Amino acid sequence: MKRLLKGGRLVDPANNLDGAYDVLIEGDRVAAVGRNLPVDDAAVVTIPAGYVVSPGLIDMHVHLREPGQEHKETVATGTASAVAGGFTAVACMPNTTPVNDNANVTGLILAKAAEAALARVYPIGAVSKGSKGSLLADIAELRQAGCVAITDDGHPVATALLLRRALEYASMFNMPVIEHCEDPTLKGDGVAHEGFHASRLGLRGIPGACEALGVERGVLLSELTGAAFHVAHMSARASLRAVRKGKDAGIRVTCEVAPHHFTLTDEALGTPVPYDTNTKMNPPLREAEDRDAMLEGLRDGSIDVIATDHAPHHLDEKRVEFDRAPFGIVGLETAVPLCLDRLVHANVVGLSRLIELLSVNPARILGVPGGSLAVGQPADVTILAPDLRVTVEAAKLRSRSKNTPFDGWTLRGGTAATIVAGRTVYANAAAPIAGL
Amino acid sequence: MTIQELESDTRVTSLRRKDLLGIEELSSEEIELILDTAEAMKEVGARSIKKVPALRGRTVVNLFFEPSTRTRTSFEIAEKRLSADTLNIAVSTSSVVKGETLVDTALTLEAMSPDMIVLRHQSSGAGHLLSRICKSAIINAGDGLHEHPTQALLDAFTIRERRKRLAGLKVAIIGDLLHSRVLRSNLHLLTKMGADTWVCAPPTLVPADMRRFGVTVTHSVDQAVRDADVVMLLRIQLERMEGAYFSSLREYATVFGMTEERLKLAKPDVMIMHPGPMNRGVEISSEVADGPYSVILDQVANGVAVRMAVLYLLAGGAEHEETA
Repeated sequence: MKRLLKGGRLVDPANNLDGAYDVLIEGDRVAAVGRNLPVDDAAVVTIPAGYVVSPGLIDMHVHLREPGQEHKETVATGTASAVAGGFTAVACMPNTTPVNDNANVTGLILAKAAEAALARVYPIGAVSKGSKGSLLADIAELRQAGCVAITDDGHPVATALLLRRALEYASMFNMPVIEHCEDPTLKGDGVAHEGFHASRLGLRGIPGACEALGVERGVLLSELTGAAFHVAHMSARASLRAVRKGKDAGIRVTCEVAPHHFTLTDEALGTPVPYDTNTKMNPPLREAEDRDAMLEGLRDGSIDVIATDHAPHHLDEKRVEFDRAPFGIVGLETAVPLCLDRLVHANVVGLSRLIELLSVNPARILGVPGGSLAVGQPADVTILAPDLRVTVEAAKLRSRSKNTPFDGWTLRGGTAATIVAGRTVYANAAAPIAGL
Repeated sequence: MTIQELESDTRVTSLRRKDLLGIEELSSEEIELILDTAEAMKEVGARSIKKVPALRGRTVVNLFFEPSTRTRTSFEIAEKRLSADTLNIAVSTSSVVKGETLVDTALTLEAMSPDMIVLRHQSSGAGHLLSRICKSAIINAGDGLHEHPTQALLDAFTIRERRKRLAGLKVAIIGDLLHSRVLRSNLHLLTKMGADTWVCAPPTLVPADMRRFGVTVTHSVDQAVRDADVVMLLRIQLERMEGAYFSSLREYATVFGMTEERLKLAKPDVMIMHPGPMNRGVEISSEVADGPYSVILDQVANGVAVRMAVLYLLAGGAEHEETA
């Protein structure tokens, strides 16, 4: 079956294309890209003017919670949330129950993903058995089963020695080590960014240095080992400084930032709803200088990736005292509107750069297909409606959990449709496309 | 002002808010209203029959998730003097030990239609959570490290009783600032009322960005005490050495403890305050605590009057009684 995406604006930075190009899909692959491609026997999908055809977006940091925490999310609900958010692929963290530290868990996640048949799912394995920080997980086995990276996310790798070994060992499989950067002793029982707002609200603080220490450690060990080190959900300006320093020295360090960290600050802890547990995540919402540094890093290219850290939690778990609530918010369905509204329309980055952050770079770092609509690539396509007015309604999210601080926000820009392997897996009724 | 005068007063006689969660959200007018009302309430406490019918038929639940003697007792006496029906629930006797959440505990109580819930809880913001789910008025009797508004109000009442004003007074607060909800409520109150507020502690016990509260931060007790009108000591928790906040109680007492000698730097009629419970010989010497400048027991006495005022005003004050 052939489908011709006709009209709209193609933005494919991996191939230096930005303009009025059509994309011909044959089966699950891109068959041709060009101006005014002939229709021939293809079914025509008419992309409205102003819409953007992008290589499928890839979220390299999500928690799908299956196996073991299906009350929060499943692979099926998480991938439904992903495609509704414009993501054709997600990489899921290993802190499930049990931990994804062996081929059985990886296999189960992949089987559930195949059954759901929505977004592609790339499991990320654990660095250590049970993510307990003492013995290395069976990394070769994880690689063979389909894992694309390793991490002990939720916590930093327990010791510098173990992180060093993980970097060395994973490098033989070309897998990056993704690190939740944090010094546990500085974090203590902190629940919010250490600053004026935490002081005012009587919340125990987590300073930015807590994260930056973890970044510095990883950058040094990446230099020592020559292995690829990726900083997860970076939030502090001191961390960005450490990443820049590493990059300038030629060290193989990359980093990601989450939409909430370039949008919100710790002021959200107290307003509009004081002690809203949907403003509690780890790393915490930082002060304005940190948020502004993240925007600057996105602008100047020192940040490689935008990833959501989609962290579903059940209402019962979040409707408790602030210090007892779990860390994390859902992010898959709010990422594109936040990126378009806060980055593109605010002139922080152009669309081409945004697509690098959301598609090209995550594909490159994880070594997975996608990030490009060149002929022969998988037909994973996200169609963006950059001027669509989107109002976030928590209750209507496809994710099983509704823990978002953006409920009720109206943003400019959204996803019109999501195509995975040539198949339409999501079409936004508010942004209809003829022939889809 | 007597309670009769108060009730015939044509000015605002109620707090136009459902709850008292903190001082931060109060205006200086509301603070003055509470302090003025407390004067009338104090007069009730001086009578031989210490009871007025203001809250007759009202149910007040004292829901305490942390052990407390003085605050709970003070609220209970205040409630009884206003003729409210009161009920004390302490955590050890509640179903929380069976794993019930705060939300469920609150909803269960709410189903029995109390008019007010006085809440003491170890988590900052617990009162805000309750406020969102309960129709009852919530009075914060201390939430985590956040606020303890009635303590700051009784402190202000005690200062005002002696000095007739708060504006322009130098108030020095010395002790564990980081872990003190009394501090946060007092900072909001004192800065709103125009006091010259100083805080003093080792840097390990100073919350981040303290200067944004509009106070002067010092690590020198002498600087803090010099020409002070009021010196308020905060409790040092004895186990804080474990977090490496300071090395030993002895060292803390040497560097920061309030002694008669240090007090000579203050104004001659300085007031010594402490929210209690005290660690004698640590943050305050017995000579100072029991000395002529100490108003520590006045604070306790005034606590009842201030809490009566808060209960009365949140219940609708005179407006309520007219419509009742």
